[in-house]
Amino acid sequence: MVIYGTALLAFCHALGIVLGDLLGHALGMKTNVGGVGIAMLLLILLRLWLHKYGRLCATSESGVNYWGAIYIPVVVAMAMQQNVVSALHGGPMALLAAVGSVLVCGLFISFINRAEKPDSKTS
Amino acid sequence: MWGIFEKAAKDNGLIAAFALVGLVMLVSGFISRKLTFGHVQGSAIAILIGLALAYVGGKISGGSKGLADIALFSGIGLMGGNMLRDFAIVATAFEVHPGEAKRAGWIGFVALLLGTVLPFLVGVCVARAFGYTDAVSLTTIGAGAVTYIVGPVTGTAIGASSEVMALSIATGVIKAIIVMVATPAAAKFMRLKTPRSAMVFGGLAGTVSGVSAGLAATDRKLVPYGALVATFHTGLGCLLGPSVLFFAVKAIFGN
Repeated sequence: MVIYGTALLAFCHALGIVLGDLLGHALGMKTNVGGVGIAMLLLILLRLWLHKYGRLCATSESGVNYWGAIYIPVVVAMAMQQNVVSALHGGPMALLAAVGSVLVCGLFISFINRAEKPDSKTS
Repeated sequence: MWGIFEKAAKDNGLIAAFALVGLVMLVSGFISRKLTFGHVQGSAIAILIGLALAYVGGKISGGSKGLADIALFSGIGLMGGNMLRDFAIVATAFEVHPGEAKRAGWIGFVALLLGTVLPFLVGVCVARAFGYTDAVSLTTIGAGAVTYIVGPVTGTAIGASSEVMALSIATGVIKAIIVMVATPAAAKFMRLKTPRSAMVFGGLAGTVSGVSAGLAATDRKLVPYGALVATFHTGLGCLLGPSVLFFAVKAIFGN
């Protein structure tokens, strides 16, 4: 059933948020620490475990896949409610931070890939 | 007549939001194909349109929640709110295949770590240079330089202001667009030829939309390898952003 997948996702999400809150508390903060990341790791692990025992049918999986596919539209809706008016005052900053990080990352990609031994492609 | 329409949209806020966002996605897909000939991915255009609508909404309402402050579009607040957004992000973890990821070996992991830490450092330095001094704002903007998802997730977790969040998202969106457009041009310089090089690229360049669009325009075969590592990127960023990276910034800049 589709709801099994969505419920699995909801379970991982809720547990991740709770663990993130607990971690935050343990670290002496009032905020959530990495709850979303923990939830993702939980989902990856649970999916592996369920697959191993053949407990996840394609219909159930579609209950998760739908939400994965809807993530770009949700991000678009998120963009629609940002405080862009006040953000535009810092326009050059966003541009500079973006260009700077792309340049630095591009240099590192080039550096790492130039060190790759040419056996995987040319052999 | 207008009253009936407005009431229907208000009473069915989330449904109206689905329809509106769908329409925006449709228009951006059209712009992507017809005006940019597929060079700029539809999702990037949709996000830009979303930010433009948020600007219009903010100007009209004078509020701080963009289009969601206009009663007619209040459902956008739920659809793009923290709950559904995090739910959708967690769902993308389902697409990750750990077996294939393991084959990337340690270099993929190193690229992922570098791809989180390097943009973060650049973002924090730029934010510092532009006069931000508090650890929360510095971290949020730095996280935005990682991806436009990590920015707001981190910002929400550590309690950043909406203004800083918008800046953080703007940084991430601009970065994604640069990655999409510049990747084919810089492919030779970055030695983007093998699956391994695509994984390194996916880890360091970040955003899934930027990586998949950039690789598609370079060499279609490389797309899954880059996207595979890139799907870990958001998770790692969301894990490190509000925790290790925030503590590091707090330790260096105080408060």
